[in-house]
Amino acid sequence: MSGPSNYQPKSAFGKWMHERLPIMELVQGQALDFPTPKNLNYWWTFGGILAVMLVAQLVTGIVLAMHYTAHVDMAFDSVEHIMRDVNYGWLLRYLHSNGASMFFIAVYVHIFRGMYYGSYKAPREVLWMIGVLIYLVMMATAFMGYVLPWGQMSFWGAKVITNLFSAIPFVGESVTTWLWGGYSVDNPTLNRFFSLHYLLPFVLAGLVGLHIWALHVPGNNNPTGVNVRGSQDTVPFHPYYTMKDGFAIVVFMLLYSAFTFFGPNYLGDAINYLPANPLSTPSHIVPEWYYLPFYAILRAIPNKLIGVIAMFGSILILFALPWLDTSRVRSGTYRPIFKQIFWIFVVVCITLGFAGSGPPDNYFLSHEAAPPDEWHLTYKLVGQIAAVCYFAFFFPILPLLGLLESPKPLPPSISDDVLAKKKPLVPAE
Amino acid sequence: MKKMLKTFVVAGAGLMLLAGAASASEVQRDAKAISYSFEGPFGTFDKAQLQRGYKVYKEVCANCHSMHLVSFRNLSEHGGPGFSTEQVKALAATFTVKDGPGNDGEMFDRPGLPSDRFPSPFANEQAARNSNAGALPPDLSLITKFRPGWFGTINQLFNGIGGPQYVYSVLTGYEEPSEEIKKEQPEGKLYNPYFANGLFISMPPPLTDGQVTFDDGAPNKVDDMARDVSAFLAWTAEPKMEERKSLGFMVIIYLAILASLLYFVKKKIWADQH
Repeated sequence: MSGPSNYQPKSAFGKWMHERLPIMELVQGQALDFPTPKNLNYWWTFGGILAVMLVAQLVTGIVLAMHYTAHVDMAFDSVEHIMRDVNYGWLLRYLHSNGASMFFIAVYVHIFRGMYYGSYKAPREVLWMIGVLIYLVMMATAFMGYVLPWGQMSFWGAKVITNLFSAIPFVGESVTTWLWGGYSVDNPTLNRFFSLHYLLPFVLAGLVGLHIWALHVPGNNNPTGVNVRGSQDTVPFHPYYTMKDGFAIVVFMLLYSAFTFFGPNYLGDAINYLPANPLSTPSHIVPEWYYLPFYAILRAIPNKLIGVIAMFGSILILFALPWLDTSRVRSGTYRPIFKQIFWIFVVVCITLGFAGSGPPDNYFLSHEAAPPDEWHLTYKLVGQIAAVCYFAFFFPILPLLGLLESPKPLPPSISDDVLAKKKPLVPAE
Repeated sequence: MKKMLKTFVVAGAGLMLLAGAASASEVQRDAKAISYSFEGPFGTFDKAQLQRGYKVYKEVCANCHSMHLVSFRNLSEHGGPGFSTEQVKALAATFTVKDGPGNDGEMFDRPGLPSDRFPSPFANEQAARNSNAGALPPDLSLITKFRPGWFGTINQLFNGIGGPQYVYSVLTGYEEPSEEIKKEQPEGKLYNPYFANGLFISMPPPLTDGQVTFDDGAPNKVDDMARDVSAFLAWTAEPKMEERKSLGFMVIIYLAILASLLYFVKKKIWADQH
C-alpha cells in the first residue's frame, strides 16, 4: 500500500522514522500524491463529508457520554441536565442529534452517486460491499443512539424494532428476550444499547479504513466511468481535491449549522421530549426520518415475518447490486434509459419515506383516517406500490436493462472528455 | 409530459379536497397561530412577558403542575426572565423545601435556595391523580417541545411545531360543545378541541379575567395571561434559545466567509487544469 510515492525523508528524524515505520510515505502516497481522476464533480465530495461527520459524531458523542446516565430513571433527566446545566451541553447535544441526520443525508447522496455512476462495478465490488456494511452498522448505531434519551419514541421505537426479531420462527421469542436482557425493554436494554452505541462507531471507523483501502487499490471511479489511462487523466489528491472537498465540507457545515442552531428539533419527533412511559403507547409510532423508507416496506406486507424479511432484504439486496447490473457501461451518463429509471428510483425511495411517516390507514399525506371498507389512497397503499417499484428496480429491471439498452458511445479517455466539455465555453466569435 | 403534469395537479387537488371534506371533529384542531417575540432566527424572549408568565405559572399552574427541570437560579440566568439574583434569592426563600436527612437522621424543612428545583405540588403520581379525579397534570418543563400545535413537514419547517401556540390555544380554547358532541362527553371532562388527547380535557378552565395582578400593570384578561404563560413555558423548555441563536448567527457568518474564501482558493488551484 505504499502507492505512487517517491517519498524521500528530508530530515535526519524523518530518515530514522522511515526505516522503522514508513508512515510518512503512506501519508504522502495515499493522501497527498494519490492520483485522482481530474473530472470528479461535487457529488464525489460526499466521501470526505462523511469522514468529517464520523469524526464530528465521535467527538461530540464522547463528551456527551461524560455527562449522560444510562439508567431508566435518570437517562431522560440527564439529557436535560446536559441541555440546561452543562457548559455548551445544548450545543453538543444538538450537534450530535442533528449530526446523525446530516450523516444520513450525506450517506444517501453518496450511495445514490455510486449507483448513478456505476461505482459498484468491477473492480470495485468489494469497495461497494464494505460501503453497504458501513451503512448497516451506521443504522444500528443510530437506532441505539436514539434510544438513549429514553423519551416516548426512544422507548416505543426500541420496542417495535426489537420485536421484529420475534418474527423469527421457533427461536424468535428467545432471541428477543436475549436482546432485551429481560422480558421487556427495560434497564438492561438501555445499558447494553449505551455500551454498543459507544462501541460501534469505532467499528465504523475500522470499516471506513477498509473502505478507503479498497478505494485506493483500483482508484476512484469518475463521472465518465472510463478507466484512468495515464497521468494526463489524473491530478494529485492534494491540493486539488483537498481544496475542492474542503470547500464542499464547509458548505455542508452551513446546512448542518442551519439545522443545529435554527431548527434543532425539526428533524426529530416532538414526543421524544416526553419521558418514556411503558404504560402509555403513543398514538403513532414512527422511527427517525432516515429509516422511514424501510419502515414503509415493513408495513407494506401484512405478514410480520415476510415484512421483516422484505425490510432487511431491501438493504441486503444492495450487496448483490454489482451482479444484478448486467450493463458493461459504468456511468449512467451514457445509459439513456437507465438514467431516467435511476431518477424514478430516487423518487420511489423518497415516496417510501413519506409512506413510512404516517399512520398506515390515513389518507396519504393527510391527517384523516380513511374508512376501512373501501379502496383508498392510504399511506399503506402508497407504501405497497412504492415497495414493489423499489424491488422491481433491482430485479428484473436492472439485469434486463443491461441486456436491452444500447448505451451512447463512451469518450476515449477522461482527458478527452474534459477537453471536449471545455470547448463550448470558449466564446464563439 | 404536460398531460402527466395535469394528471398530477388534478390528482393532488382531488386529494386535498378529500382531506378537507373528511375533516372530522375527532382530530385535534390546529392551534391558533398567534405570534411571539421569540420566533424566527433573530427572535428573543420578552423579559417582562416571561416575568408575567412566571407569575401566572406560580399563582395558577403550579397548584397542580410540576416543573421539575427548572431551578430558581435559572430565573436570573442570561436569556431568561431576567430577575436579579437578589429577587431570585427572596423568591426561592418563600418556598419550603424538604431536605435531609440531617445529623439526627430525620428529614427537615428549610427555606428554598436558588439552587433548588421548582417544588412539585404533589409527592408522586398517585397523589397527583388522587387530587385530580384520576387525571395526571403533566410536568410543564418541556410541554412546548412535546406538544405540537400543528403538523406537516413543510408547515413545521417554517412555523415550528407551534408548541407555545398549543398551550395558548388550550388555555383559551374551551367551547360549548354541539349537541352531537355533548353525547360523547364523559362525566367531569370539558370540551376543548385544541387538546391533544381527544376532544375532552380533565383540566377545568384555569384562567379567569383579572385573576393574576401584574406588577407592571399589564393587561390581565385570560387572553393576555395565556400569551404570557405560554411564552414562559417556551423559555422553560428551551432556556438556551437566545444563546443558541446568537452563537448560530456568528457560526453561519464565519462559515459563509470561509466557504467563499475556499471557493476562490479552489478556483485558483484548479486554474491550471482548465
